[in-house]
Amino acid sequence: MKNTVVRFCGDSGDGMQLTGNLFAQLGAELGHEISTLPDFPAEIRAPQGTLGGVSGFQVELGADVYTPGDKADVIVAMNAAALKVCTLGSHFNHPQAHYDEQFALYHRHAIVIVDTDSLTDKDLEKAQYHTDNPFTELDIPETVQIVPVALTTLTKEALKESGMDNKSILKSRNMFAFGLVCWLFDEPMDKAIHLLEDKFKKKPALVAPNTKVMVDGYNYGQNLALSVSQIRLEVRGERLEEPGRYTSIAGNRATAFGLIAAAQKAGKHLFLGSYPITPATDILHELAGRKDMNVMAIQAEDEIAGVCTAIGAAFAGDLACTTTSGPGLSLKSEAIGLAVMAELPLVVVDVQRGGPSTGLPTKTEQTDLLQAMYGRNGECPAVVLAASSSANCFDFAYEACKIALENMTPVILLTDTYLANGTALWRIPQLAELPEIKPQTVPEELKGHYNPALRDERGVRYWAYPGMEGFEHRNIGLERDAERGTISTNPENHEVMVLARKKKIEQIAERIPQLSVIGNQHSDTLLVGWGSTEGHLHAAANELGCDLAQFNYIMPLPKNTREVLSQYKRIVVCELNTGQFAAYLRAQLPELQIEQYNEVQGQPFAVERIVRYVNGI
Amino acid sequence: MEASQFKSDQYVRFCPGCGDHAICMALQKAMAQIGVPTHQVAVISGIGCSSRMPHYLNTYGFNTIHGRGGAIATGVKTSHPELTVWQMSGDGDCLAIGGNHFIHEIRRNVDLNVCMFNNRIYGLTKGQYSPTSPKGFVSKSSPFGTVERPFVPAQLVLGTGGTFFARTLDVDMPTTVDCLVAAQQHKGCSIVECLVNCVIFNNGTHALIADRDQRAEHAIVLKHGEKMIFGKEKDKGLAVEIDPLTFVPKMVVVAADDPRVLVHDASQPDPTLHRLLALMGNNGDGLEVTGDGLPVALGVIRNVEMESYDEAVNKQIRDVRENAKVKTFDELMTTLESWTV
Repeated sequence: MKNTVVRFCGDSGDGMQLTGNLFAQLGAELGHEISTLPDFPAEIRAPQGTLGGVSGFQVELGADVYTPGDKADVIVAMNAAALKVCTLGSHFNHPQAHYDEQFALYHRHAIVIVDTDSLTDKDLEKAQYHTDNPFTELDIPETVQIVPVALTTLTKEALKESGMDNKSILKSRNMFAFGLVCWLFDEPMDKAIHLLEDKFKKKPALVAPNTKVMVDGYNYGQNLALSVSQIRLEVRGERLEEPGRYTSIAGNRATAFGLIAAAQKAGKHLFLGSYPITPATDILHELAGRKDMNVMAIQAEDEIAGVCTAIGAAFAGDLACTTTSGPGLSLKSEAIGLAVMAELPLVVVDVQRGGPSTGLPTKTEQTDLLQAMYGRNGECPAVVLAASSSANCFDFAYEACKIALENMTPVILLTDTYLANGTALWRIPQLAELPEIKPQTVPEELKGHYNPALRDERGVRYWAYPGMEGFEHRNIGLERDAERGTISTNPENHEVMVLARKKKIEQIAERIPQLSVIGNQHSDTLLVGWGSTEGHLHAAANELGCDLAQFNYIMPLPKNTREVLSQYKRIVVCELNTGQFAAYLRAQLPELQIEQYNEVQGQPFAVERIVRYVNGI
Repeated sequence: MEASQFKSDQYVRFCPGCGDHAICMALQKAMAQIGVPTHQVAVISGIGCSSRMPHYLNTYGFNTIHGRGGAIATGVKTSHPELTVWQMSGDGDCLAIGGNHFIHEIRRNVDLNVCMFNNRIYGLTKGQYSPTSPKGFVSKSSPFGTVERPFVPAQLVLGTGGTFFARTLDVDMPTTVDCLVAAQQHKGCSIVECLVNCVIFNNGTHALIADRDQRAEHAIVLKHGEKMIFGKEKDKGLAVEIDPLTFVPKMVVVAADDPRVLVHDASQPDPTLHRLLALMGNNGDGLEVTGDGLPVALGVIRNVEMESYDEAVNKQIRDVRENAKVKTFDELMTTLESWTV
């Protein structure tokens, strides 16, 4: 088999995220490509066994993996509620719903492993079943291979001599499932054991019991061998051919690493001002723990203070960042405008989630695009970038810092829940191979003649900061005189300055990579996307035999955008919003006929649906 | 250093007669007296009349957005603790729109020198009531008088765990300079409430203590280690009485030679007495209602040492780095679980 999709699904206390991550990591170490999708409820602990408390983790592994997969080939359902949610998908709340391939999270030929110990009358009641037979009630097709396993009993059996209390034993059920899935894919146990040892490094007492349960789960698989056949996956596709050290990484972590690398490359202190917000908080966690890297990460009193402390640090000469999600970006708007006006380098990471307002805090969406581009008072241009895989969150966090420091501007980096929590393979870079970063520090010869309006030939002002003797100046959020840098209310001067700030952003297009198309370039149809949809659109384009232009540079756009797009008869802009990028492209390229395909369900695209749309089905 | 070294080349645009002129000069004098070179000084402000101050000081300055000066100053000082950082703010900037940053910079004890210009009015927006306007205050936005209780800034500062609070008056240059110098010398968040007159929209707001004739009777300049004596004839002193039934302590005026006259101890960690002193002249509707004969306290009321936030943050980073096995990006990357292709 080329690749496969596995979904671990259970109560939010069942350790599904851990299990899924372990399985993905194991796959990655064995040379598979991976892409993961954690899908958890907003509640930290919903009532046990209920539909609202179901937590899922989906992983696709094998060769040529672009996405975590539309539908699972293998489901592990730890309880009755999980079975229902996987079977009915988004329709799990409909009282009469039954298996429908359109909504189900697994396809008609999937293997569904179910914990039969968790299908008692009480479990069924909590999961709102009306009969005592969940399989017939859900009308699961006969083509689906149900694998009933008494997970709870078998786990208890495995640990009966461990001396552990019942509660702790029950917590290890996920390891039995993990072992079983490892058997299903014929994954070697020694690597898995090593992985567990590493995972429980800080709690060594947990290594032995968890290993025991996992190995028992694996061995149990051998007993199943008559009824279930093992699946063998291909190892890695062509994308993994670049030699080097690889790891699996989540987007938020990659973002944090990108910021750290950029600071060291630029010879700057990294300062983060942030306020906890789902799904961005992991970046704060990572950076707060990186004092060894000389990172200063401040948990501010609110979102506004997050960005404002960062602006203070930028004023004082640091590489300054703030991390947030949509509602936080709204709160930071005025301060980002200050950074535009004061022309200070600032990196703002917006890990988008479902909106508006509090919206869908744990779900993914691309709905902050126009807010990032235009959501400020006045003519307020800033750079907007978007990462397009969990791994390249590193590259674009790095690039955001480079552009900010070299062009004295705020840069807004858009990622989203899908990239932030999902994992992908990442080739670990070395600092030496990353591009140079040259902060726009004022040259010494301007000492005594400096003012904050002085610009170089690109139109970028020079950066002088406290501590530098002979460069004392006053920076402002008020309009400044284009020559002297002091407050000015002169009408012509204001227009000069508005255009100077605009030009400064536009000239960045000279220094960013040209847009390149994925595909054979013989097609009439071009899919267009931006940011996190790259994997899904790539897979869709492969299936459709058409080309794909995926944008990472949003503002400014790559210089050859018009040239590339105008070669196609049909341009379909696909986004997880109601058409924000499409509207922007239409405004930039009014002569082109631009079609749009949109989904706003808080979930990544389903490749299948894109293909159906483009084919007109 | 000379005060002139701290004067910028900008024309000072406060209204003629505005109390801010005096504080501007006091700042230049105090900065010269302190002697930190101009390039090591950063003056951060928000929005409001007082927030124009950075333009008139020949240091690094940043005139930012309304209410956020405290957060921006926190970023400057924490990232660069070697700098001397001042924050210029007003009663609206600090206590209304910037209230959250204000209480948190005090709670964290960020080593900032905060001048809060209190004229009890919004001047730059042409005359609306502020969080310190007395109850019933008639303004453009309260034509029938306000119905809300004002803040007494000192109470907020002490309630938030403030380590330094001083109060001064635009027309009292020596006290202002003393308070500013003491604020700079204090390590931690120093709040200096500058009572200033708004000659256009709230003229005479502090008249009871600002008028030269009345000041001696209506105000006392507290000095650490000195007896609390006031009055034109230096004939009055301050003492504490405790109500025998409720145990509520209160300040009372006694004869200057009364043995109960208190000696001011600004360094006392317990804020009880500082609070009593700072609230003298307050009847709940604002300061300077002096029916009980108690004077308004000026000078450094509280000055307590405590570790500052910026110091603690930087120390933690240094400590971690000292024992860290990895210190560079490349070293960090070697610690990741990885495999080679």
